Amino acid sequence: MRKSFKLYPSAAKLLAVLFAATAFLSACGGNNANNNGAASPSGSNSPSAPASESASASGESASPSSGAATDSAGGKDGGQVVVVIPQDIDYLDPHLAVAAGTSEVLFNIFEGLLKPNSKGELQPAIAESYEISPDGLTYTFKLRDGVKFHNGNPVTSADVKYSYDRLAGKDTGKPLLSSFASVDTIETPDDKTVVIKLKENNTSFLTALTSAVIPKDYQDSNKKPIGTGPFKFKEYAAGQKIVLEKNPDYYVKGLPHLDQVEFRIITDAEAAYLAFKSGEIDLYPRIGTEKLAELGDEFGQQSGPQNLVQELVLNNAKKPFDDIRVRQAINYAIDKDEIIQGVALGQGLKVGSHLSSVLKQYYQEGLEDLYKTDVEKAKSLLAEAGYKDGLNITISVPSVYPFHVNTAQVIAQQLEKAGIKAKIESVEWAVWLDRIYKGRDYESTIIAFDGKLNPYDILNKFLSDAPNDFFNYKNPEYDKTLKSALTEVDETKRADLYKKAQTILAQDAAAVFIQDIYASVAYKKNLAGYQLYPIYVQDLSTLYWEK
Amino acid sequence: MNSGKKITLWIGLTLVALLFVLMAVSLFYVPYGANEMNIAGRLQAPGAAHWLGTDNFGRDILSRIMEGTQTAFSVGFFSVCIGLAGGFLLGAAAGYLGRWADELLMRAVDALMAFPGILLALILVTIFKPSLGQTIIAIGILFIPSFARVIRGGFLQTKEADFVKAARGMGAGHAALIFRHIVPHILSSVIVTASLCFSAAILVEAALSYLGLGVQPPDPSWGRMLNESQAYMSKAPWYALAPGLFITLTVLGFNLLGDGIRDLRDRRA
Repeated sequence: MRKSFKLYPSAAKLLAVLFAATAFLSACGGNNANNNGAASPSGSNSPSAPASESASASGESASPSSGAATDSAGGKDGGQVVVVIPQDIDYLDPHLAVAAGTSEVLFNIFEGLLKPNSKGELQPAIAESYEISPDGLTYTFKLRDGVKFHNGNPVTSADVKYSYDRLAGKDTGKPLLSSFASVDTIETPDDKTVVIKLKENNTSFLTALTSAVIPKDYQDSNKKPIGTGPFKFKEYAAGQKIVLEKNPDYYVKGLPHLDQVEFRIITDAEAAYLAFKSGEIDLYPRIGTEKLAELGDEFGQQSGPQNLVQELVLNNAKKPFDDIRVRQAINYAIDKDEIIQGVALGQGLKVGSHLSSVLKQYYQEGLEDLYKTDVEKAKSLLAEAGYKDGLNITISVPSVYPFHVNTAQVIAQQLEKAGIKAKIESVEWAVWLDRIYKGRDYESTIIAFDGKLNPYDILNKFLSDAPNDFFNYKNPEYDKTLKSALTEVDETKRADLYKKAQTILAQDAAAVFIQDIYASVAYKKNLAGYQLYPIYVQDLSTLYWEK
Repeated sequence: MNSGKKITLWIGLTLVALLFVLMAVSLFYVPYGANEMNIAGRLQAPGAAHWLGTDNFGRDILSRIMEGTQTAFSVGFFSVCIGLAGGFLLGAAAGYLGRWADELLMRAVDALMAFPGILLALILVTIFKPSLGQTIIAIGILFIPSFARVIRGGFLQTKEADFVKAARGMGAGHAALIFRHIVPHILSSVIVTASLCFSAAILVEAALSYLGLGVQPPDPSWGRMLNESQAYMSKAPWYALAPGLFITLTVLGFNLLGDGIRDLRDRRA
């Protein structure tokens, strides 16, 4: 590019430079694989290493035609699968890993006392059964027989205590996972029993028990992780791949089917797509709706709600959004259906509050159309609020997520009809995290929130005192409702409180709740058994090659 | 030989003229609103209704290209103005005063020149918030060294020419010397530089917008269109082709024009 400022003697040279410039442009461009960004603070911008083409050259890794070498036994078993992921992992140690992109890999290696299934329900894993005392303070777990670590040792209550003490920060005083902060003591009356006592009632505590159990006093988790999951760790090449192999001792009979899986890191979406189309890759999670539509029938595909709620976040403390009428006006001016059609190609589910309908039990229905698109109403609300002659706002969007940038463009056009002039400002991801998410210095922004299994962990972002309440939303009634939901032991009453919390958010127009962006995944036609999860994981244990 | 060089000039002139006409027309008329979305008609192939097809929001690509000429030309024009103004101040001071002033200013210019251009533009745009105005300023600053060098060279050459010495001998003041006697002589080389910088400006704007740091959506810019079209490369190749073609034609046109003018001048000299 430097050259382009000099003077060219001839047209031929100019053309050469133009080509060079074009090459430069295309080299720097398609950096972002994901087109629907999740707002896990440490989420996506792991340092990107060059996608390795050499990965398949090394002896043991999957050959492009993994399907062919399958099934000597004649059943579903055997073969290997290459899965593409868009970023490197941050830690191999499951207790230290924070990035969503890491937990989706580690999900196959580690298990907790409990484990979510593809519906998002908690199932006993290392534990066989459990009991909760009526006051909600004592949890008693009975461990399953025959669960072994990948090193061959059986899992005992001491391992569980060690793991969860580590997460609760018993030695350091600083919990590695905030949900463990409410743990008082962990006792092990015998080898097969674990008793956890809490300082205070916390109904969302069970989901924390999906956290990984590792062998007692094992210090090498970050180099050679040992868990109890369906696959065991085999090899990790930073920036290139993570290879896992079958755990033959897995306690669920018949699982997993595959002998080996490889997560290959390809940061460039176009490169990943080409590798997938050429057959080098067998499974492409989060391929994006646009590409999914392009693929056609030669590939298998699935898409569905994934508990990832996209929102136009309004800074409730900043003018003009401190006025509820302005927030409502914006809600009325925006046509969510058009966004879903235009940006997500129909692959999205309209929502009305800060929770996806994936969590059926807790989802408050009917809020989606609380603000049915009505430009006239928007205008009159604006006039009431004193913005009769229109209003100028700024929407800051993280430039790494084309999905959100595109949404911003559609929104800007919709707002214009109501007399709101929206300026779009694209910001770097690092700036977004720092200035907008942590610094709360913005007017409005577009982001998607990755879901958790427990509604409390999703809704607590709006608590007045939440450190990540970058909405600057403050409503004592909401705080009271959500906090009482946390301690409410009765299932139905708890669900009602969560529903009420959602209603409050919607009525306050705390943000514009747009859609649950579908997860989309594509795989080779003869790869079967894939399950979509409502959380950010890839479960490879059920995959198998069809004959 | 001569006719061959003239052809360069004519091709350049024709291309630039055509683009100017397109820009002039876009001020009064575009087939559709450049930001008008039509989700139902997204990614249509070129046809009678949309000559260059539609983009991923169903916006008419031709209309966006036409409005994009305004962006491209205003970036070209204003950044060259900034570069020229800054370059003239530095170059004239260095060339006219000579000695230590020359040394000092030219080393500063060298330093600026040694810094990779696109990096400098990126830094400048990142410090200020990305917008059209900031982009123009950043690119303008980039051009200062080029102009400063050309103008200084011209000053050094003409300062010692007989007609300037004569004018000085007749008691002409500094301002008269500079503007009446020296400037007219270096004008042609400045025009050549301006023409080449114009095309470079368009290219840098495209690059910055492509990286998401130049013109902000939804306003049309060729570089940003190229950026957005990339995701639809296999599905809608015409989307990427249109802005790519126009960037190429514009840059080609201005470079040929600049070369042509220089050849014309060289022949006269």
